Order: sequence, then structure tokens, then C-alpha cells
Amino acid sequence: MSLLGRSDFGHRRMEEEEYGTEYEGGEGGEQYTAMQSQGGGANFAPSQGGSLFRSEEMALCQLFLQSEAAYSCVSELGELGLVQFRDLNPETNAFQRKFVNEVRRCDEMERKLRFLEKEIKKDGIPMMESGEPPEAPQPREMIDLEATFEKLENELKEVNQNAEALKKNFLELTELKHILRKTQQFFDEQETLEQGGGVGQHQQLIQDEGGAGGGGLHLGFVAGVILRERLPAFEKMLWRACRGNVFLRVAEIEDPLEDPHAGDEVIKSVFVIFFQGEQLKSRVKKICEGFRATMYPCPDQATDRREMAVGVMQRLEDLNTVLGQTNDHRHRVLAAAAKNIKIWFVKVRKIKAIYHTLNFFNLDTSQKCLIAECWIPRLDLETIQLALRRGTESSGSTIAPILNEMQTTESPPTFFRTNKFTNAFQELINAYGVATYREMNPAVFTIITFPFLFAIMFGDLGHGAIAFLAAFWCIIKEKQLLTRKSDNEIWNYFFSGRYLIALMGIFSMYTGLIYNDIFSKSLNIFGSSWQVSIGPNQIIHHKSYMIDPSSNATDKGYYGTPYPFGIDPIWQIASNKIVFLNSFKMKISIILGVIHMLFGVTVSFLNSKYFGKTVNILCEFIPQVLFLSCMFGYMGLLMLHKWANYTAGGINGDPMTNEQCAPSVLITFINMVLFNDNDPPAVGCDPYMYAGQNGIQHLLVIVGLFCIPWMLFAKPFMLKKEAASKPNEFFDFSEVMMLQGIHTIEYALGTVSHTASYLRLWALSLAHAQLSEVLWSMVLRIGLSTNGWYGGVMLWATFAAWAGLTVSILCLMEGLSAFLHTLRLHWVEFQSKFYSGQGYLFTPFSFEKILEQAENSLE
Amino acid sequence: LILFYKRKMALCGPKLSLCGVIISAWGIIQLSMMGIFFYINSVALIEDIKLAEEYEDLRKLKTDMDAGYQQNAYNCWIAALMYLVTLCVSAQQFWMNSRTSYSV
Repeated sequence: MSLLGRSDFGHRRMEEEEYGTEYEGGEGGEQYTAMQSQGGGANFAPSQGGSLFRSEEMALCQLFLQSEAAYSCVSELGELGLVQFRDLNPETNAFQRKFVNEVRRCDEMERKLRFLEKEIKKDGIPMMESGEPPEAPQPREMIDLEATFEKLENELKEVNQNAEALKKNFLELTELKHILRKTQQFFDEQETLEQGGGVGQHQQLIQDEGGAGGGGLHLGFVAGVILRERLPAFEKMLWRACRGNVFLRVAEIEDPLEDPHAGDEVIKSVFVIFFQGEQLKSRVKKICEGFRATMYPCPDQATDRREMAVGVMQRLEDLNTVLGQTNDHRHRVLAAAAKNIKIWFVKVRKIKAIYHTLNFFNLDTSQKCLIAECWIPRLDLETIQLALRRGTESSGSTIAPILNEMQTTESPPTFFRTNKFTNAFQELINAYGVATYREMNPAVFTIITFPFLFAIMFGDLGHGAIAFLAAFWCIIKEKQLLTRKSDNEIWNYFFSGRYLIALMGIFSMYTGLIYNDIFSKSLNIFGSSWQVSIGPNQIIHHKSYMIDPSSNATDKGYYGTPYPFGIDPIWQIASNKIVFLNSFKMKISIILGVIHMLFGVTVSFLNSKYFGKTVNILCEFIPQVLFLSCMFGYMGLLMLHKWANYTAGGINGDPMTNEQCAPSVLITFINMVLFNDNDPPAVGCDPYMYAGQNGIQHLLVIVGLFCIPWMLFAKPFMLKKEAASKPNEFFDFSEVMMLQGIHTIEYALGTVSHTASYLRLWALSLAHAQLSEVLWSMVLRIGLSTNGWYGGVMLWATFAAWAGLTVSILCLMEGLSAFLHTLRLHWVEFQSKFYSGQGYLFTPFSFEKILEQAENSLE
Repeated sequence: LILFYKRKMALCGPKLSLCGVIISAWGIIQLSMMGIFFYINSVALIEDIKLAEEYEDLRKLKTDMDAGYQQNAYNCWIAALMYLVTLCVSAQQFWMNSRTSYSV
């Protein structure tokens, strides 16, 4: 059924020739025939042939699907998530695609679902989570779903419209009710005025009309309701426009009324305007309309008003009932929808994804089948065949799908099978650049080197314990925290790196024990090897005292054997602690740096061997290793030699190996490079550490210098010779030469600068230790040195402050800083020795990923 | 007003009470251990006791040191006890907060 042949990925560019794309048919090729029902996706144990060292072998395959079976086969492949389809119709735009109608229908359904979701959220109804995501439904189900959504949407729209109309009615009636109530007073006053009796405060208003008393002033009136904020302007306008000939009475409505459109609450006031004459009436009406005040017909007579009030109350009650029932109905409809809405979302998104993918296919009209091109991992061929078979069976088609491997010169995507533990490290590496197809993956080594280099900079038992405990809690509560999807980005970053942080914490606890540093105090577990052995009567006269560790010192201050594990606890309270630790940490940093870089160069050898590039091995790897080892490897050896062969007081009392005669490694190195002779460090000392050192150093420098032209010229000339034997291939010598020149300079200068760059391991470690000490002595000591009974209370308060600052400054800030520097050391100093990072990620068609993306984009 | 008294409101929210629980637990452990270390006159903590700048009499130095260590040990233990109380209060607040949000 499936035809598999050897594929031969050729060259793409000059650069890619290095680490690219030659297929060697190594570990993975022959294993596929074994039945591997892995269930796809990520397993913890890598399967035979697949590993994290190199990206998986990929095959470009052609897929022939019968038109009827296409939908269900793609559905099965989407569940599997192991196939990356290529777009075979890139020139066609979205409207010319074959399945554009179906995609459009899915978009419509999604829009209706979002409308429903919004309404459900507005009412505060909880939506049930879908649990197991349902499978993509058959195409015929799509029509049913569409009908359901249409019905729901229409019903909801109708209910909403009705509710709005009812609310408007309700508002009008409420306003009328208020008017009828409030205007009672006004009309009473008005009647007294009309009868000519009583001097009201508003006498002034009608003075112009012709004095008090006198016959009946028959006033017309207009009653209405206006927003309270518009009232002052309204009054002013009325006064100006009617020249003071109208009479305005206002009363406030205490309860806020609900605006039917926006749904928010507004405060309104009742007003009555009295005027005389038709002209004023029209003017007043126009002003009212301008200020959007609603006017209501209010009857003249009190009895009429009372009747109206009763009628209004009745209608209000009826309306209330109807409104209540409408809301209940809406609630019921939404609650019923809320049960299924998440499942519907999943189904609709899956359908849309399937049709979107089907749009990538080519239609072969003569045989009525769809053709697709896809990248699949070679190891998963069996699983994919099974999935395709399942799809064909479920669609009831008889013709089986054909999976056919193609030859191609393109470079395949990079696919790493990671689990929840290795994922974080792979992400760190991918952030810098995705590994080229089948080159060595630095993420594997990063699992250990990253926490280790971090721990050198962060070494504190207490802070490491805090980081470890926090990450450990995240790991224990993993399942709970995964379901609780948070949109707090910072939390998501920390949570997804929980395994990384846990490892960093463990390693930091280890280096904390080595540095013997817990919150800037040291632990004396095994008994210090130092003691102050001058008598108590003498010590009281010394402000500071230096303990001489040499074996022939008059006062035996040093036992002779060092502290068994880590730094002696006495150093923490010594005043020359920093001087001592500086020397130690700087040398360690350089030594570890050189080891790390040599390891990087070795990985480049593994790459060259795998891709069969012997020219790289001869012309790049060997001179690179020689250069690095002869210069900086030798410097590391000098450091180790000095540690072993010089001691306080000399080895066995020999004055040539005492602390005064120990030559400086840095000065020795500088003199070595400049071909100078060493000066003796003190009178009577040997300027060299071992016999013949000068000669050996000269030799090493010459070898190192010779490596430069070797790196520069060997490869271009060898490539030129190779190209001469193949006259068809295009070979540009000047370009090759220039590239090689760039690489050589980069490497040679890089060794110097990167070696010095590793000194950041020392610098950050020093900063961390000092910050820790400052925090203790400036904050906690306040609580510790208060006398009296309130000392305990002060300590209680200062401890909280100290703990907060420890977590925020020392753990979080220093932790992030050390994390960043470690990342830089990996990305630049380590990976520049071998990594090309020119690949692209394998992005399979996977429902899981699509659903996740849709969830995240909505929030 | 009556409603206010009937509703049992927590003094602090869920986050503050959780912080309180964690810091109190940490404080109890660390302060009691520091108390022990002060009590046995550990040399590592010598810079944390109150001593004068200069001493002429050795006996005075010894008594000062002993007194300083004792004092600090008691301070640490008092603070540890206070954190025990804080832990109980915070734990109760935390429990009350998680209960009210549950019932809603």
C-alpha cells in the first residue's frame, strides 16, 4: 500500500552545506516497519530511533484521498496531530478556494456562537466545561448544527427586542406616575394664584404680566421629565427664550430610572411649565424637544389626574409581570444553551479547521480524489496509516488512501518530540533559533549545563531552597493548575518553566553547600580547620588578627587538613573573605568556561562526522581545538598546576613553593603571548612553575598562531580542488574565501572575548553574596540587636521585611538576572561554536493546538 | 448596620492571608533554628550580637558575649512564638476567605 523509497535531500545554499540536509539513513530509517502504536504525540521515553539529540527524520509524502473519505481522514489526522500539510494552492486567494462556502458557513456559526456566549456571560450563567473534546462531526451534522444555532439566535434576538420594548413602555409609565404625583402640589399652588390669593415666592415671575390680584390668569401648562444634569441649562434657555414669561416648577425623582437602550441608571426630574398664550406654548414645546425632555399629557382636573394615576399603577403592575416572565424565558433559553455551548464551539472550530486544510489539497477531477503533500515524521508512518484506515472506514468508502513518499531537495522541518520536562529547555533553545534539520540539538546538554551555570551565579542554600520549594509546589499541583487557565502572562511563564526552576533550585542548593552560604551565614557541619591559637591575653590587644595557615607557623592556626566539603565556614566571618573567594571563583569560572567551549567545539565535530563533511573536520575542527587548547586550555592547566604545587609555607617547607614564590597566572600568560621572559615574583624565587616552561610555552604559541592560517586557507583551497573535479557545479572562490575569513576572525577573537565573558560567573556570584550579606546586616540585624523585652517584637517585624526583600530582590531579581546571563552564555559562548539554527519548526495539523490557540486569542 | 455585624467579613483578603501563612511558617522554622544557634554560642552569628567597640578586660568580653547570645536567643524564640500566633490568625483568615468564595 505505501511505497517508500530512499529520499535524498540535496543542498540548498552554501551555508546550509555545512549542517544541512544530507540524508544518511542513520538510526531511524529501518525501524519503521516494526508496529509502533504509540498513539502519536509526545511520550516520555523516546521511541527507537527518535531521540532529542537530533531532530526526527521527516519524509515528504503525497496523500491520495477519495473525495468522500477526505473529510473523515483529515479529521482523524487532526486528532493525531502528526502531519504538516503544505498549501498546494498558494496563488488562489481565500474566495477562489474549493471549500470557501463551508468555511464561510463555519464562520457564520462561530459568530452566532459568540453572540450566544456574550449573552450567557451577561446573565452570569456558568458554562459547563467540555471535558473530553468531542470529535469533529460529519458534514451532514453541520446542517443540523446550523439550524439549531439559527433558531437559538432568532429566539434570543426576539426576546431581547421584546424586553427592550417592554422596558421602554415601563419607563414611560414610571415617568408618568412620577409626574402625576409631583405635579399635584404645583396645581394646588397654581389654583391659589389663579384665584388671586396668596403671595407665592414666585410672585416676581408673573409681575410683568400685570400685577397680583386681578382676574383669572388662565395659564396653560406642559408637564414632562428631563435628565437632571440638563436642568440648569434648560431653565436658563427657557428664561432667555420666553423673556421670563414662563413659570417653571421642578421636582426631583428620587429613584434612578433604567435607560432601556444602554441599561444604565439615570436620574431625572419632573418639571411643569406654565405659560399664557399659544406662541409661548409652541416655543416651550420646541425647547423641550431640543433638550430631549419627554412630555406627557397631564389632565387639568384633579379627579382626572387621580383616575389616570390609578390606571397607570395598574398598567405598571401588569408590565412588571410581563417583564419578569420575559426575563425568565430568556434565562431558560440561555441556560439550556449554556450546557452545550463549549462543545458546539469545539465542533465548529474542528469543522472549520478541516475545511481550511482541505482547501490546501489539489483536486484531481478525473479520478475524483484529492491530493495533498505533507511532511510526516518517518517513525509515525504506521500510526498515520492506521488513522487513515480508520477514517476511510468511518466514511464508508471502499477505496483505501495512498501514502506515497516523494523525493525532494527541500529541507524538511525540524521536529523534536518533547515531554513536559524537556519542553522548557527546547523552548529556550528555539527562542534563539530552530535547529537545522538533523543537526545536534543543544537542548539535551542544556538540561544539565543550564541549571549548573545558573547555580554557580546563584549559589546560596537558602535561596535555592526557596526556588526549589516554589517550583516543587507547582509540580505537585500540576494537574489542578493546568485546568485553571490563567491569563496572567507572568504566572504562565513561571508555571511553564517549573521543571527548569526546580532543577535550578536543586543545583543552587548544591553550590550553596559548596560556597557554604545560607542567607549569608555559613554552616559549620564538620568542624572548621582554622583556629585562633594565640592565648586569650594576647588576642585582646589585636584589633584584627591574621591566621597563618602554613605548616611551619609559630602558632598552629590551621590544622593541616582542609574542610571536607565546600569552603571552610570561618571564611564567612573573615575580613579578607572577598579577596580569597575572588581568586577562587575567577579561576573556576575560566576553567569551566574553557571546558564548556571545548565541549561546544566537540559537538561541531559530531555534526561534521554525521553529515560526512571531512573537509570540516580537517580544516576547521582540528585547528579550532588546537587554538583553544594551546592558549586557554593551557591557561586552565596553569591554574590547576598552581593550586597543586604552591601552598602557604611551601610544600614540605620548601621556600621555592611558598605563597611568595607563586607566579601570577595572568602575567605568565601575557608574557607567553608576547614572547617575553618571566620575572621572578619575589627575590630568590623561580620565575617558572616547571622545568622547560619557557620552551613549551613558545611552542604552544607558535602552534596556536599556525592554526590561524590553517583555519583561513585550508578549507577554501580544498573545496576549490573538489569543485575542479566537478565542472558542472558553480563554485565562487572569492565568496568562499570571504566567508572563511569571517569565520576565522570570529572564532579567534571569540576565544579571547568568550573566555573573559565567562568571568560573569564570578561577578554575579560575588554580587549575590554581597547583596545577601547587606540584606542581613542592614535589615535583620536591626531586630537582632535591640535590647530589652521589645527585642522580640522588633525581630518579628524586621523578619517579615527581611523575608519579603529576600524573596523579591534576591530570589526574583537576582534569579532573573542569573537566568539571563546563563542564557546568554549558552546562546552566544556555547552555541557559536557549532550551532547553525537555520531550521523551521514542524507545525502539524493538530486540533489540540488549534483549540488552544482559539482559547488564548479570545481572552 | 445590623447586616454588617451579621456578615462575618475577613480582616484581610485571600492573597494577604496566604502571604501571612507562608511567611509565618518560614519565620517559625528559621527563627527557632536561629534561636538554637544563638543559644549554643555559634561563631557564625558573632557579628549579630551587641558588643562594645573595644575591650580591655577579657572577663567582661566573655560575659558580654554570653549575655548577647542569650538575649538574641530569647529574642528569636519570642519572635518565633509571635509568628506562631500570626500563623494561626493568617490560617484562620485564609480558611475563612476560601470558605466564603466557595459558597458563592
